[in-house]
This record gives sequence, C-alpha cells and structure tokens, in this order.
Amino acid sequence: MILLRLFWIFLKIGIFTFGGGYSMIALIQNEVVEKQGWMTAQEFTDILAISQMTPGPVGINTATYAGYTAVVNAGLPAWQGVAGSLIASFAVILLPVIAMTLVYNYLSKHRDNPVINSMFRVLRITVVGLIAAAALLLLGEESFGVPGFNKQFVISVLLFVGAFYLSWRHKTSPIILILACGFVGWIAYSF
Amino acid sequence: MYYDKNIFIKVQLKRKQNVNKRKTFASLMYRQLFVSFWKIGAFTIGGGYVMIPLMEREVVDRRKWLTREEFMDYLSLSQAMPGVFAVNMATCLGRRLGGFRGVVCAIAGNILMPIVLILLLAVFFRYFRDNEVVEHIFMGIRPAVVALIAAPVFRLAQSAKVSWSNCWIPVVAALLIWIWGVSPVWVILAAMAGGLVYGKVKGDVAPKNKEAR
Repeated sequence: MILLRLFWIFLKIGIFTFGGGYSMIALIQNEVVEKQGWMTAQEFTDILAISQMTPGPVGINTATYAGYTAVVNAGLPAWQGVAGSLIASFAVILLPVIAMTLVYNYLSKHRDNPVINSMFRVLRITVVGLIAAAALLLLGEESFGVPGFNKQFVISVLLFVGAFYLSWRHKTSPIILILACGFVGWIAYSF
Repeated sequence: MYYDKNIFIKVQLKRKQNVNKRKTFASLMYRQLFVSFWKIGAFTIGGGYVMIPLMEREVVDRRKWLTREEFMDYLSLSQAMPGVFAVNMATCLGRRLGGFRGVVCAIAGNILMPIVLILLLAVFFRYFRDNEVVEHIFMGIRPAVVALIAAPVFRLAQSAKVSWSNCWIPVVAALLIWIWGVSPVWVILAAMAGGLVYGKVKGDVAPKNKEAR
C-alpha cells in the first residue's frame, strides 16, 4: 500500500518540479516530512547531505533515498525498501519525460510565443522563493541544536555562516564543504 | 581511445546497401548514447547544473552529435520543463538522436550509477547511523546542508532576473510555504496561471529568455 502511495506522491513531485533539483527538495520535504510524516526532518537533512555527495542528479538521488527510507521506516523489510526506491525514482521521471517528448517539437517551433515565455519567466522567479522556503524549513533544532549559548548551537551557526559564505561567494564545491564540515563536527564533538 | 568522427556518415552510406548493417548502426548509436550518459551521470557530483560542462564536452565536442547552438536550445528547453534537469536533457538528446529507444538508453545510462550507489548507501547507512562518531560528523554536516540550499537562492535570483518590481513574488511564495504550510504545488500552479494571464494582457512585453542559464 505504501508503495502505491509512494508512486502517486513522487509522480506529483516530478511534474511540479520546475527549476531543477533544489526546488524538488522543497516538494519532497513538504510531502514526505510534513504531510505524510514518513521521516523526521533530521533524517531528511541527512538524506540531502548524502544525495549531494554522491554522483548523479540531486533530484534522482534524493527521490531514491527518500523512497527507501520511507518504506523501511514503515517497518517493511529492506527488499521492499529497494522496490520503494526504484518506484520513487521511476515515478519522479515518468511524467516529465512524457511531457518533454510531447512538447519537444511544439516548443522548439513556438519558442517566441510571448504567453509561454511569460509563463516560464514568472515560474523561474517563483522557484527562487520555493528554494528559499526549503532552506527556511530546515532552519530548526534538528539541524542546529537548541538555540542559546551552548556548544552545539554556536558551532552550528559558525559552520552555517562559513559554508554559506564559501558557497555563495567562492562557489566552493558542495562535496568539499560537506566533508570539511563533517570533519569539523567530528573534531569538535568527539574531543 | 581512438574514435572515427565520420563513422555515422560512413555507416549511413553502407546502410542503404545492406540491411544487416542497419542493425550495427543502430546498436552502435544506442550503445554510444548509453555510455556517454553513463559517464555524465556517474562522474558528476552536485547535481544537474554541474553536468552541463561535461555534457557539452561529450555531446558537442567529442561525439559531435549537436552544434553548440542546438545544445544551448535544448539546455533552455530542459530548464523550462518540469522534472530533473539532467533527465530532461537526456530525454531531449535521446529523442533527437534515436527516437524512443534513444530516450530509454540515455536516461538509463544517466541514472544507473547514481541509483545503484544511493541504494548501497541507503542499505548500509542505517547500521552506522547510531554510531557516535557518525552522529558527530552529521551534527557538523547538517548546518552546512542548510547553507548549501540557501546559497543558490541569490545566484538563481540573478539569473531569473528578480528585480525590485517583482521581488514580492518569491518572497510571498517562500512565506506561504514556510509560515502557512501551503503546498508548493499550489504555488507553482498559481505562478503558471499568473504568468499566462500576464502574457495575455501585456502581449510581447516579456523579454526573450535566450541567455537564461
């Protein structure tokens, strides 16, 4: 039953993802964490970290991993989790691929249609807000610890500011940032 | 690896004479599509947009399947359409080069390695999750992940041409989702409707989005 729900939800996520993997994060988070309650925000953040560090499209990686985690969290065996992850990644690409093939000819002929151009322009602007919302929703105790003057919160804020600055200004590669922050976490919390 | 760039022309000529050769041509093409997209998927970390340079090198420079202008056109089309960017790109090129079977080959090649790797990680990470050291490492990583999602917001705002007159759109979208818990699906639908109405009313005021990248 959860496999069917998984298929339906990721079908929906796929067709409403405009502007790449980062806006898909907002949709997956909304469905999987908030609405369905299949995993905690913390688990979702860990999935995001691993999806960004492994090769491949972030959207596919996140869908695959989230599909597996949702099924296994529901208490089902691991092989069904594998089925769940395959279903999630298949569902997420199914409708976009069909849509893409259908409009391939049409849009390449009608690229200068002002109405369609205007729609895509507004969509691109809106997606910026979508991604901001994904980041805002992750700003919580799950990622930063309890606010206040304690060790975890101070270190988390410093890591956040540093990673934000390096990624924004210097376009430092995500994998280097994640590895570096993991190293800092290991040193800071273990000793 | 040695590669004859005229092989398609040569094989295409032979194809007219020999039906058996047609099969050779087709399978070669599909194999090359699969291998090219396998490389693109397996060797890029950080998502679809990191793949663009590798894709360009593979498809335009090495295989010479497309001109650079065609590549740019497919690029903006893939960005405008819903779905995962890299998969959209694979659909476009697969469709163009090999029809439906081309689409299947390109997509399968693109997502094969990522899915296998993620599955291996997903299965085994559960056993390490409760390990103290792993927990400490992830306590350091979590704030960085939030920062990594927040940082592209400003870069994307520039390329989407967000200005003082329309910056209320992303702000309202973010607040709706963040504060009131509105589903992003409704926000996307509202934006589509708004864009269509705006285009109908204003006509060709909307600028051409050729350089959007």
